[in-house]
Amino acid sequence: MFPPIPNPSLAPEAAKPTFGEKDILRRSASEVTPPAQRLTEVAKLIDVSKCIGCKACQAACLEWNNLTEEIGFNHGVYDNPMDLTPNTFTLMRFTEWENPETENLEWLIRKDGCMHCEDPGCLKACPSPGAIVQYSNGIVDFQHENCIGCGYCIKGCPFNIPRISKVDHTAYKCTLCSDRVAVGQGPACQKACPTQAIVFGTKDEMKGWAEGRIKDLKSRGYENAGLYDPPGVGGTHVMYVLQHADQPSLYAGLPDNPRISPIVETWKGVTKYVGLAVMGFAAAAGFLHYVVAGPNKVAPEDEENAEKLVDGTGAPPPAPPAGQPEGRV
Amino acid sequence: MVAIDPHARAAVPVPDDVEPGDAVRPGHPVQVKRYTVGARINHWITAISLVLLALSGMALFTPKLFFLTGLFGGGQWTRAIHPWIGVVLFVSFAILFIRFWRANLPAREDVDWVAHSADLLAGREEKMPEVGKYNAGQKGVFWAMSGLIIVLIGSGIVMWDQYFYDLTTIPQKRWAILVHAVAAVCIICVWIIHVYAAIWVKGTIGAMTRGEVTGGWAWRHHRKWLRELVRKPDPGARGPAE
Repeated sequence: MFPPIPNPSLAPEAAKPTFGEKDILRRSASEVTPPAQRLTEVAKLIDVSKCIGCKACQAACLEWNNLTEEIGFNHGVYDNPMDLTPNTFTLMRFTEWENPETENLEWLIRKDGCMHCEDPGCLKACPSPGAIVQYSNGIVDFQHENCIGCGYCIKGCPFNIPRISKVDHTAYKCTLCSDRVAVGQGPACQKACPTQAIVFGTKDEMKGWAEGRIKDLKSRGYENAGLYDPPGVGGTHVMYVLQHADQPSLYAGLPDNPRISPIVETWKGVTKYVGLAVMGFAAAAGFLHYVVAGPNKVAPEDEENAEKLVDGTGAPPPAPPAGQPEGRV
Repeated sequence: MVAIDPHARAAVPVPDDVEPGDAVRPGHPVQVKRYTVGARINHWITAISLVLLALSGMALFTPKLFFLTGLFGGGQWTRAIHPWIGVVLFVSFAILFIRFWRANLPAREDVDWVAHSADLLAGREEKMPEVGKYNAGQKGVFWAMSGLIIVLIGSGIVMWDQYFYDLTTIPQKRWAILVHAVAAVCIICVWIIHVYAAIWVKGTIGAMTRGEVTGGWAWRHHRKWLRELVRKPDPGARGPAE
C-alpha cells in the first residue's frame, strides 16, 4: 500500500499556499521568465488495473469543486454523464473488451481528465494572456478571469479535455486540485479512491510506485503492462498504469501517441510570423511605391479630352481592340 | 470610329460593365456618376465590417495584438462579437456581389492590362489599354474578396463553437482555424491593395463618398466605360443628353 497523505494540520501557517504566481513556468500568450528554481514535479498515478469503477473520484471532484452535474439519462451504459462537461472534470469511461488471446472479457475502466502535459497544447493555442498557466510543479491551470471562451484550448488539447461553460463562457477542466496541492494535500479524487487506484506524490515517486505495480501485473500474465507517460507531449503529470500499455486506444480511445496537432503548431507558429510579415510587407510596399512613384493624378488634358468626348468635338478615338498590340501607339 | 450620337443608343446593347445609375453629366469639368447611394451605403457597411473583423481577428491571432480587444470591450466581447460582424459582412458583401459581379466579368482587354501592369505602377498610364468600369486589378480585388469571404464564413462557422460546436470534429475545427487565419491574412493584403489604390489614384475616393468622379478621371482610368456612357446616356437619370 502506498503511504496515504496525512490529514492537514490545523495550524494557521499550514494554510499558506506553497506555490503561486512566482512559480509560473509558462503563461498563455505571454513571455515569462521561468523561475530560477523549479518545484518538485508532482504527478497523479491512475492504476487502471485497480479501479473498480465506483465513481467515488467523480463524486469527490464535484464535491470539492462545488459543482453539480445535470441529471441526465440512462443510456444503458455505466458512463454517466456520457462525456466530460464544464462541471464534470473527471469521468469514468467503461470499455468492455474481449481479449483475443485469452478470450476473456476485460472491463477496462479509465478515469478520464486533464493529463497536465509537460508541453500543454491548450496553453500553446490560447490567445488570451494568462488564461492558462503552468506551474513549475507541472500543474496546468485555467485562470477564469482571463479566459475569453474562444475554445482554442479545445483544439490545442491532444486529449479532448477542456469544455466551455454555457453559463460564464469560460473553459473548465481538472485543476489537479491545485488549491489542495498548494497546502500539502492530494487531489480530492485521490483522497476518495477506496482501492488506491489513484495515488499522488512527486513524479519520481509515482514512477517508482508504477514500476512495482507493473512488475506485479506482468507476474500475473499481463506481459504488456506498462506506464502511460507519453513522450509526445513531454510526459504528463497524470499517468496511467495500463494492463495493455501497447494499445492505449483500447481504453476508450486514449491516444496511442499524443502530440500537439501539427495543424495547431503550424497555425501558432509559421502562420503567425509569415502572416504578420506578409501584411507588413504589403503595407510597406504601398508606402514605398507612393514615395517613389508619387500620386497618380488626373492631368488637365484628361479633363479636356473628357469634355471634348462629351461635346462630341474631336476627342482621340479609341485604341484598336486588344489582340493587335502592334496597332497601339 | 463609333459615332457619338445619343440616338444610336437603341442599337447598342448596354455593355456588361455599365451599371444602373452610371451616367455622364456634361459641364466643366464633366462629372460622371459612378456609384448610387445604395451602392455606397452597401460598400461602407461592408468596409466598416471588414475593418472591425480585421482588428478583432488580429487581436486573437497574435498575443502582440491582443490589446486590440480593448476596442471591443475586452476579450469576451471580442470573441462573442467577431462572428456576428462576420455575418453582417457576409450579407452585406453578398448584396454588393449581386450589384457588381456583371461589371467584373473578364474582358478581352484585361489580359493586355495585366501585361502592362508594370507600366501602370511606373506611371506610364498612356501604355495601358482602354478599360471598362473596372480594370483587371479591380476585378482581381473583387473576385479575391468574393472567394476569400466564402472561405472565411465557411471556416468561421466551423469554429463558431457557441452555436455550431457539435456539427464538426476537433480535427476539422483545427483545419478550419488554420484556413481561417491564412484566408484572413490574404484578405487583409487584398484590402491593403484596395485601399492603397484608392489613395494612390487621385480622384478615386469621391466615387465612394459623393458617388461621382470627374470626366478626366474616367478618361484617364476607365476610358472605355466613359465612351460607353457617352454613347448611351442614362435614360433613368434625366432626359436625353441634348
